[in-house]
Amino acid sequence: MARAIEQKPSPILEAMRRLRADAASYRGIWSWITTVDHKRIGIMYGVTALAFFVLGGIEALLLRLQLSTPNGEVLNPDQYNRIFTMHGTTMIFLVVMPLSAAFFNLLTPLMIGARDVAFPRLNAFSYWVFLAGGIFMNASFFTGGNILRGELGAPDAGWFGYAPLTLSRFSPGEGVDFWALGLLILGVSSMAAGFNFIVTILNMRAPGMTLFRMPLFVWMTLVTSFLIIFAMPVITVALFELLFDRLFDANFFNVEKGGTPLLWQHMFWLFGHPEVYILILPAMGIVSEVLPTFSRKPLFGYPFVVFSGMAIAFMSWGVWAHHMYTTGLGAIANSAFGVSTILIAIPTGVKIFNWLATLWGGSINLKTPLYFAVGFIAMFTIGGLTGVTHSIVPSDYQQQDTYYIVSHLHQVLFGGAIFGLFAGIYYWYPKFTGKMLYEGLGQLQFWLMFIGFNVTFQPMMILGLIGMPRRIYSYPEGQGFDTWNLVATVGAFMIAFSVLIFIINVIATARRKERAEADPWDGRTLEWSLPSPVPPYNFAEIPTVHALDDFWHQKYAEDERGRPVPVVAGGSREAEEEAHAEGHGIHMPSPSFFPLISAMGLPIIATGLIYDPAIVAVGAAVLVVGIYGWALEPATE
Amino acid sequence: MQHSPALETNTGLDNRKLLMWLFLASECLFFGSLIAAYLLYRDKSVTGPYPEDLFDIPFTSVSAFILLMSSVTMVLALAAIQRGDQHGLRIWLFTTAFLGILFVSGQAFEFTEFNREGLSLSTNLFGTTFFVLTGFHGAHVTVGVLILLSLFVMAQRGRLTQAESLHVELAGLYWHFVDIVWIVIFTLVYLIQP
Repeated sequence: MARAIEQKPSPILEAMRRLRADAASYRGIWSWITTVDHKRIGIMYGVTALAFFVLGGIEALLLRLQLSTPNGEVLNPDQYNRIFTMHGTTMIFLVVMPLSAAFFNLLTPLMIGARDVAFPRLNAFSYWVFLAGGIFMNASFFTGGNILRGELGAPDAGWFGYAPLTLSRFSPGEGVDFWALGLLILGVSSMAAGFNFIVTILNMRAPGMTLFRMPLFVWMTLVTSFLIIFAMPVITVALFELLFDRLFDANFFNVEKGGTPLLWQHMFWLFGHPEVYILILPAMGIVSEVLPTFSRKPLFGYPFVVFSGMAIAFMSWGVWAHHMYTTGLGAIANSAFGVSTILIAIPTGVKIFNWLATLWGGSINLKTPLYFAVGFIAMFTIGGLTGVTHSIVPSDYQQQDTYYIVSHLHQVLFGGAIFGLFAGIYYWYPKFTGKMLYEGLGQLQFWLMFIGFNVTFQPMMILGLIGMPRRIYSYPEGQGFDTWNLVATVGAFMIAFSVLIFIINVIATARRKERAEADPWDGRTLEWSLPSPVPPYNFAEIPTVHALDDFWHQKYAEDERGRPVPVVAGGSREAEEEAHAEGHGIHMPSPSFFPLISAMGLPIIATGLIYDPAIVAVGAAVLVVGIYGWALEPATE
Repeated sequence: MQHSPALETNTGLDNRKLLMWLFLASECLFFGSLIAAYLLYRDKSVTGPYPEDLFDIPFTSVSAFILLMSSVTMVLALAAIQRGDQHGLRIWLFTTAFLGILFVSGQAFEFTEFNREGLSLSTNLFGTTFFVLTGFHGAHVTVGVLILLSLFVMAQRGRLTQAESLHVELAGLYWHFVDIVWIVIFTLVYLIQP
């Protein structure tokens, strides 16, 4: 097909060919738009997710300002509902998941010794669909009237959107439609990425890279991807059911016709609990890479950590109803889910002890990534323990829907996932940008974030225990809530300030002259054997792997007491890379427009479903053009 | 990468084939959730019409039989391209797509018939769960038909050679999966009446 077209001379096709030539040589904006390089896609994922992090953070600050004093008047109840819904949705689906996906993209091929992922164009498609879904979701803000007068149109039913609150009768307007369709679009992105990474990890490992020689981060990528491809279909069905109810008067959650709103809760949490581990396992993988490097010791009990990750993933399918103790499932169901929830703490505890044992007796190199990784362990342990407290059914009855839950979920998602992700950002930043982030600013950011985090979220635990409900826009004075709420708000601004320090660090680093070395941290995994930044083709020659932490063993032998002894001229592949003269003869996949075109079809279809069937047809046409162009274009020229 | 079949993979399975298996695995959860919702709401409708008022088992059996036969012709299409029989490939691809179209037409007829007898998406729980479950299955069959017709057009133009039999194999995996799902739906929804 493509060959037949190329024979006809046409100015458009000529222009397209020029753009493709530019893109192939990594020049200009079009080379980013059409890129299929996993490293560039990873960077785009990371930058976009951090932009949404700032947006979600501003939403959080508005909420905290409103709650800083009794009878606050910063937001009205309607605005408050919309903003807390968007804060939760943004942070989970537009920040932590895509930031994890950024690391999957950047690291997986490098760590297993591959030149790219299995399906480079599908990978670009995942990114563009994520971006489209994020923009679509946030576009809902503009549907409520005049946004400048504070008339917001965003969804207002909370991030887990319980029926019947989400039905048209209780949530009129388009907000919830945008929410459901936006999550469907984001689901497409996650699923495509999930398939891609499983195939990449199972099929594209370098010679000698057996499964049990893979870095732990790759293991966690694999486990998370399996969770994604099995959990996403469940929420997809739930969201379709909700949309059928809202748009076409179906009865899935309509009590008058015999439907039960509990169906939503079961389906949402059957997805939602694996989702919790989709959010935390990648951060656990990052921490499992950072700790060995900065303790100069192998990860303690590598197979235990791998199997614990798998055990957590399996068990995450059997704990969902602990979100539903107060719905009246009965004593037997509650007890069973209570026991399964206590059990899942065991593999999690195994991991924590293995991380501590990795640090124990190591020669510690105390740098920013390690600060964040150790911060992760401490905060996640508190988060995990508060989780155990509400696996106990009677105790949970007391905590349900209070700030205690808000505190717990931020302990694991912020104290856990975000700290782990920042450890990863500081650790791998030089590998992909060629420059080291400033160490002093990094440590300043850590301490501000760490203290700010605790000042924000530990008071919420007290607030919850003395009875402050979550999701209230205001509270009267004299309830004992005043002081702790003010403290939490101060903490939130400390966190915001720490993020500002990070942004300053990134800008200052960009102006930095000196280049990062290939292996600045004395790393253990294959990516550190490559130049910084990594060349487009990754490996000039595909490496052969002989052991776990292969790169380390190329650099160090052991003396009779097991202490590392440097090997002369061991390790660096840089000379080899340079000898390979710009990677001639390596065929890389060609850049392509079609992932972007296909991705654009989805938000158009979604908009049409809300407003006008004719727009659906337009979106479908765009999608079909994208898919057929994709299928018929050759993957490499 | 797509055009270097010589590239060895760790599992020995082509990347695209592994992708298709994973996709079908996740589809199991998709249809599983829809079927679970149907079974949860079975016999919970507060107003009629009810399944026993509407189901025409002989008619649906015939259309189920047609879909099953299309799996046979799908196998014949794959066998044809694998031994380089382009003529056979075109015949069996077209037959498979045609049988798929017949099945979808039967479903469209069934839907209009039920609608005429007073069942819509919003009538009761049966209408809601039945139309959504079988509708999503019908959509899957329709996508399959489009894939088969695309392959047929490629075969007509001589762009589907013996070396590219994997394309037909992948379409076949999808097609057989959609058939198997129908066996489950047909059994649980139509045949086993409480």
